Amino acid sequence: MNIIVLVKQVPDTSEVKINRETNTLIRDGVPSIINPYDRYAIEEALRLREKHGGKVTAVTMGPPQAAEALKEAVSLGVDEVVLLSDRAFAGADTWATSYALSRGIRKIGNFDLVIAGKQAIDGDTAQVGPETADMLGIPFVAYIRKIEQIEGNRMVAERLMDEGYDVVETSLPALITVVKEINEPRVPSLKGKMKAKSLKVTAWSAADIGSDETKIGLRGSPTQVVRIFPPSPRGQREILSGNVEEQVATLAKKLKEQSLI
Amino acid sequence: MSIKVKPDICTGCETCVSVCPFGAIEMRNGKAFITEACTLCGACVEACEFKAIEKDIEQAGPAKDLSVYKGVWVFAEQHKGDIAGVSLELLGEGRKLADKRGSKLSAVFIGSGIRDKAKDLIAYGADIVYIADDPELKDFNDDSYAAVLTTLAYQHKPEIILAGATAIGRSFFPKVASTLYTGLTADCTVLDIDTATGHLHQTRPAFGGNIMATIVTPNHRPQMATVRQKVMKPALQDKARKGEIIDVRFTQAGAIRTKVLKTIDELTETVNICEADIIVAGGRGLGSQKNFLLLEELAKVLGGAVAATRGAVDEGWIPYSHQVGQTGKTVCPKLYIAAGISGAIQHVAGMQSSDTIIAINKDPDAPIFNVATYGIVGDVTEVLTAMIKKFREIRG
Repeated sequence: MNIIVLVKQVPDTSEVKINRETNTLIRDGVPSIINPYDRYAIEEALRLREKHGGKVTAVTMGPPQAAEALKEAVSLGVDEVVLLSDRAFAGADTWATSYALSRGIRKIGNFDLVIAGKQAIDGDTAQVGPETADMLGIPFVAYIRKIEQIEGNRMVAERLMDEGYDVVETSLPALITVVKEINEPRVPSLKGKMKAKSLKVTAWSAADIGSDETKIGLRGSPTQVVRIFPPSPRGQREILSGNVEEQVATLAKKLKEQSLI
Repeated sequence: MSIKVKPDICTGCETCVSVCPFGAIEMRNGKAFITEACTLCGACVEACEFKAIEKDIEQAGPAKDLSVYKGVWVFAEQHKGDIAGVSLELLGEGRKLADKRGSKLSAVFIGSGIRDKAKDLIAYGADIVYIADDPELKDFNDDSYAAVLTTLAYQHKPEIILAGATAIGRSFFPKVASTLYTGLTADCTVLDIDTATGHLHQTRPAFGGNIMATIVTPNHRPQMATVRQKVMKPALQDKARKGEIIDVRFTQAGAIRTKVLKTIDELTETVNICEADIIVAGGRGLGSQKNFLLLEELAKVLGGAVAATRGAVDEGWIPYSHQVGQTGKTVCPKLYIAAGISGAIQHVAGMQSSDTIIAINKDPDAPIFNVATYGIVGDVTEVLTAMIKKFREIRG
């Protein structure tokens, strides 16, 4: 079973701060990490390979330094990696990113399943998975929390929904996105780390994947960011005083005044 | 303009048959054949890995004639026939946008046995309801929901299409945007329209809520967005409103690729945390499953829902579907009570847009107090017990 995992290198958003004077993100010193959801995708791919055989290929689109995320994937046990990197990809929104990924996946070819994390923590859009699936012409199932069975070209899996979960059957090849509940990711092995260290990641350019230049990067992106600004700061906070009963009484009074209770 | 199959290159793999949203491709003599149902969407052109299908169109997506796109559409989500709260919020917001632009508001309503509810959508502000009511549409399926909406969008060319940022909306809207080659902005919290150009200004949080970004789709239509639940004001009901209900026939395009075998509701109460006005949330600071039950009691008194941090979920005190934060759900209720939650950024990212936040923690330096409206420093079980007693008195 050949599996492709979509990986994104993201800034650790829990470390991102805002410069309140310039209203810009302070990115200095913010570590780049593999998108946390993608770790579950990698782990699930490795487990499926252990069960069904085959190979796991990790794909990312990004600047040259995104190779680090791929090396980390190799240290975890991924067999092969593909970096889509070209200045022409810069400024891509989810549509143009999905287009490039779908071209890259086509070039890799011969796959049974594509796995991605539910969303990336920097953009939080959750759109690249389903858009890529659409462009590949394969079915998409979101929020997988458990793969129950794979037999031939059918897969049965549990999809987490707002009210509970669905048991969904899909034909393969398909693209799925996974949630945290699906597994507990492993840590890199020593052998894996050695392999990652000596790995030379070669990049595929826009031309290598035969992309239509009007559909990649900023030019191919339907959306444009026109303004970035910090969220409005929360109002004055108030620490209540007195003993527990007094504090609760004050709170109840305030909430009642605001018709919250 | 046309789409053509090159028979000498076509291998008969049938990929295009299954991707066509309109069921417009048939196999004839082992080769793909495009029927009159074709809308020139080009989904087959993208899907054919042998480049056996050609679209003969002078330009790609950009530079479309934007002026032919008119009207605001809302995807009206339903669960077992009940219209989702967020859909009423979208009808309220959609009405405002349509009025500013002097256009009509339509609802797209997909499901099975939902006909009776279509008039409710008119009462909540829709001028037109497109209803696809078919046994095949009983369960949510990305392919069939996307096929219905994509077909309608090709036929009627709306200027804007909105959906709730729910599990369903976030799952199938990208497929529609991908096929239509248009922009989709996820999880918006503010929408506004430029009345002259019709550009929708879509504002959303990014980087874990650290920044807000305003996004436009200048050269593509329709402009698509998903909107976070509980942010917009729901529409008011007016049963005297008049509108048009238009039936849409659903035809299965190609083979059925995915199907729902069963659906299991597993929330411990009937309230979905994304739809709740009041949320009582707990973290590891509660110390035990027994103390966690206090949250459920308080939630019951307030008519709210129970949520949790990742830590509390990892302890096994409550299922993952209740987790709020970076790897869980994002909520913005009117009232969020955070009990025994330290306020790690990963949790705060999922709840900081709540209107009023009450933090209860024994550590006065806990970061949760930075986002709190009201803070109570004290023993969490004592405070919760007192709150249950007091609020029960008030509520009678």
